[in-house]
Amino acid sequence: MFKATLKSLLSRKLRLVLSALAVVLGVMFVSGSFVLTDTLQRSFTDLFSSAYANVDVSVTPKAEKGKQPEPLTPQAITDVKSVTGVASAVGDVQGSARPIGKNGKVITTSGSPRFGFNWTGTGQEKIRDGKAPATENEVAVGGYLATTGGFKVGDDIALLTLEPKKTFKITGIYEYAGGRDSLGGELSVAFTEPVAQQLLLGKKDVFSGITVTASQGTTDDALRDAVAAKLGSGYDVKTGAVLAKEQADQINEGLKFFNYVLLGFAGIALFVGIFIILNTFSIIVAQRTRELALLRSMGASRGQVIGSVVLEALVIGLIASIVGLGAGIGIGALLAKIFSSLGGSSLELASIGAPMSAIISSFAVGMIVTVVAAVMPALRASRIAPVAAMREAATPDRPLTKITITGALVAAAGGTSLAFGFNQASLPLIFGGILVAFVGVALLTPILSKPMVSLIGRLLSWSMPGLLGRRNSARNPRRTAITAAALMVGISLITGVSVVLTSATKSIEKLASGQLQTDLIISGEGQMEGQPATFRRDVLTRVEKTDGVRSAVGWSQDGVLEGENQMFAVGVTDLPAMATMFALKPKSGTIAPLKDDQLALPEEMAAEKGWSVGSKVTLQLAKGEPKTYTVGFIWVKSQVLQGALVLPESASANFRSDQIAQAFVQVAPGVSAADVQKRVEPLFADNPEITVQDRSAFVKQTTSQFDTVLLMIQILLALAILIAVLGVINTLALSVIERTRELGLLRAIGMRRAQVMRMITVESVVISVFGAVLGLAVGLALGIATVQALKDQGISEIGLPWMTMVQYLVVAAFVGVIAAILPAIRAARLNVLDAIAYE
Amino acid sequence: MSASDGVAARAVDVWKSYGSGDAAVTALAGVSVDLDKSRFTAIMGPSGSGKSTLMHCLAGLDDVTSGEVWVGDTLVTGLKDRGLTELRRDKVGFIFQQFNLLPTLTAEENITLPLAIGGKKVDRAWFDVVVDTVGLRDRLTHRPTQLSGGQQQRVACARALVSRPDVVFADEPTGNLDSQSGAEVLGFLQRSAREFGQTIVMVTHDPNAASYADRVIFLKDGHIVRELLSPSAEEVLDTMKHLDSVVAVPHV
Ligand SMILES: Nc1ncnc2c1ncn2[C@@H]1O[C@H](COP(=O)(O)OP(=O)(O)OP(=O)(O)O)[C@@H](O)[C@H]1O
Ligand SMILES: [Mg+2]
Repeated sequence: MFKATLKSLLSRKLRLVLSALAVVLGVMFVSGSFVLTDTLQRSFTDLFSSAYANVDVSVTPKAEKGKQPEPLTPQAITDVKSVTGVASAVGDVQGSARPIGKNGKVITTSGSPRFGFNWTGTGQEKIRDGKAPATENEVAVGGYLATTGGFKVGDDIALLTLEPKKTFKITGIYEYAGGRDSLGGELSVAFTEPVAQQLLLGKKDVFSGITVTASQGTTDDALRDAVAAKLGSGYDVKTGAVLAKEQADQINEGLKFFNYVLLGFAGIALFVGIFIILNTFSIIVAQRTRELALLRSMGASRGQVIGSVVLEALVIGLIASIVGLGAGIGIGALLAKIFSSLGGSSLELASIGAPMSAIISSFAVGMIVTVVAAVMPALRASRIAPVAAMREAATPDRPLTKITITGALVAAAGGTSLAFGFNQASLPLIFGGILVAFVGVALLTPILSKPMVSLIGRLLSWSMPGLLGRRNSARNPRRTAITAAALMVGISLITGVSVVLTSATKSIEKLASGQLQTDLIISGEGQMEGQPATFRRDVLTRVEKTDGVRSAVGWSQDGVLEGENQMFAVGVTDLPAMATMFALKPKSGTIAPLKDDQLALPEEMAAEKGWSVGSKVTLQLAKGEPKTYTVGFIWVKSQVLQGALVLPESASANFRSDQIAQAFVQVAPGVSAADVQKRVEPLFADNPEITVQDRSAFVKQTTSQFDTVLLMIQILLALAILIAVLGVINTLALSVIERTRELGLLRAIGMRRAQVMRMITVESVVISVFGAVLGLAVGLALGIATVQALKDQGISEIGLPWMTMVQYLVVAAFVGVIAAILPAIRAARLNVLDAIAYE
Repeated sequence: MSASDGVAARAVDVWKSYGSGDAAVTALAGVSVDLDKSRFTAIMGPSGSGKSTLMHCLAGLDDVTSGEVWVGDTLVTGLKDRGLTELRRDKVGFIFQQFNLLPTLTAEENITLPLAIGGKKVDRAWFDVVVDTVGLRDRLTHRPTQLSGGQQQRVACARALVSRPDVVFADEPTGNLDSQSGAEVLGFLQRSAREFGQTIVMVTHDPNAASYADRVIFLKDGHIVRELLSPSAEEVLDTMKHLDSVVAVPHV
């Protein structure tokens, strides 16, 4: 039996390859994810240990709860120096510094930090060209910044720090051990110490930390304990090794999430793969009916027949896993390489390796998926009566009642789980529900395939080959259905996401046109990262005084502590103006300028906290002592400023930064916003991180991020769709084999090769478009359900991405044409006589 | 040279061998034959004598090793795939022993398939004549699986005739049928030759089937060895029995 299976397997190399390919791709994605994240993790670990190579012990000020840490004083350095075992203690100054390129734009990185520090000469940085900065308008820049920005020694460089744009002369370019431009793609610049203190920490004679080295014979741990004992409780004292590990862990935590996302998409791809393998095995078993029946009539038991099919699956799964693992290591290495050179950053890659997790998951996933997919066809194979060997191998049309009822039940179960999931905001329930619903819909597909395929086919069957193609696709509803369902999964997920994003865009647009009564919006880069660029208060005053401006409101923002709860707060310059611009309606209290001890908040937040006008609320701001505010104004639930506490302008002084993060301008009646924009923009000439936009540009900018999200998801789902396309190819190829004799007949009575190819292509396009239509329908349902569930999160409108959906349909038709190429060529090349005589 | 008037298909010194070297098999060894228009010709001979091969070569389904094949005015030898395809579509009709029909099409669609493939209009009057002759009027909307074997073969006959080809080739068309259904099909082929002037070439093993033909050609080891005109079944059977003792003659 075992030998017979292997023989039959080897005699069908093409089938072997086709059915294994889906598994290979899925496994490749899984192992590739693991290899990529593993490589990156080890690279980052290496990066941080080299970043802290010079640090034996580091001292930083400890922050009190909810408060900004006070910078260190020179006294602390003196204290550390006096500890026995300390070889050196150097004060570090570090803070955000964004360089402006020669084109006047701020130079950005893909996630790596941009910072400035004090040149001490004791760090890892070694001057490569020129010399260290010595005067207050001199700086040295890192090699990476020099190459990115095209800076040379002697050039001028403009920098944004706590202060607006300031220009410096570059006196030197520094590098790291081994001649590296940067440790990990960061952009850094070194000032003289007093300048660094002023620009980066905002104060003279303060430090952000102390780097301590141990003298001979003192261990890092002992040194840490000694320094900690000397300084007392106000400081965090850590060894360099611990710091390196902490930072690497933090990055690796993010990478882990990244890995989960990749694995999620790999899961989707494999899920689609199951459909394909299931279909392949079904077809193969159908075609092997005679062979299996012959085995049965020779006395093979049902178990042996099941065993033979499952064995075939195991062999395919094993081979596919090995190939997939290999390909995954390659892809992972390639992606790591791309990642490390992203945006020119120079993350030194650790050696590529296959972590145990990649190997185990590859084999587990590859084998399990294949065997699971093969079990159903195996069971069916075992039921083939031995007499079938005598009969024609034609597969009778089995009724679809059972599969349809099962499908309806499964789909309902999936829908229920989805509904519960949304209700309780439980991701496992949601994703589980979606998967189960997919299986349900897939089971319902055969019954749908008859009317749908004939409908779609009618559009394509104006000629005889077209008609034949259409009839062929309607021939085996299950086969067509599963093939189409595989395509459905990918397309419905993209459509669903697209519906949600379109709805979000539409909601934002509606909000902007309805509730945002502002003409200009002034905001800094990085609103989304939570650390927006800011500008000085006096600039806002100048905006207010600009010709044509009716009113201008701005706020600074920060997190504040209410008891144990972290809350988001803004310190607003003018509450009544803000209420007008955002069309806030009073729920209780009156719209009046906030007194220094008053605050305002939205209705839903007040309800959650149980506060009403007159309630006393004690808040700890980043600076100063806790302060008690009285609720003065509660506004009716609105889409803007959700979840924000509005504090008086005076509170800003105790924020981490009292600068304005966002401002809004209303122009005087009869004045054009564009004119005012032209007059306001020059006020921010020295601050390229701040943009002045009109309302529509602002909306566009806000919603443009959705396009990026959609693109990412499309790229990640491309694999699932690719596998589905393989499925179409597979089904067609196997059908061509199955219908060899018919093809021979058609050619014998005069069908041209081109017509044969057209026939196969129509069949392929019908299947693909059917899958796409299913996907669009399911995707719409999923998307709308999600939008409904997100109503409270501010997605109030349902927007349907018609254009995108039409595109997917066109792509599906195109995919159908592509998928048909190989099977069509094969069919057209058949030798007529051989084909007629084919058994 | 062309097939002169009165000849629907012609083979001129046709040789056909398969394989090469020691394994080479000569299926046709210099066959020359004229197949007259409007005649029903049967080809007989022992298994392996080259009947099917001759038919395939005449019909443009297979190429010859040497010699020439003509169908009507067309020199078949040397045609490329496109020319052969058009020949089969427009000038030749086929009836195979089995698997003549596409399971996805109805009887009517199967009958008109060659016309549909060629993008030609169906001559309704002729279609009606053919359908009535094969007696399938009430079966036109049925799928092949809903038809008996004999009905399926009659559909195949109708298909072969509907495009009015120069020659209809039939390879053991009754091989899979019982004698009753076989007789129906053979009677139909005979009528189409006599009443409609259709040229028909049929390969068969069955002396009784051969007795429907106007002319019977006997093949042995790739040679034409005998021929009979309008023989009875007994004559055919008798000839077959003595075929072993017959010495091959190069040309009849
Ligand atoms: N494709 C092929 N390859 C090799 N040899 C072939 C091929 N087709 C036919 N032959 C050989 O050519 C000879 C003639 O075969 P052909 O099929 O024409 O015989 P036939 O008279 O039709 O026999 P039957 O009555 O059994 O159908 C046989 O010896 C056969 O083995
Ligand atoms: Mg034969």
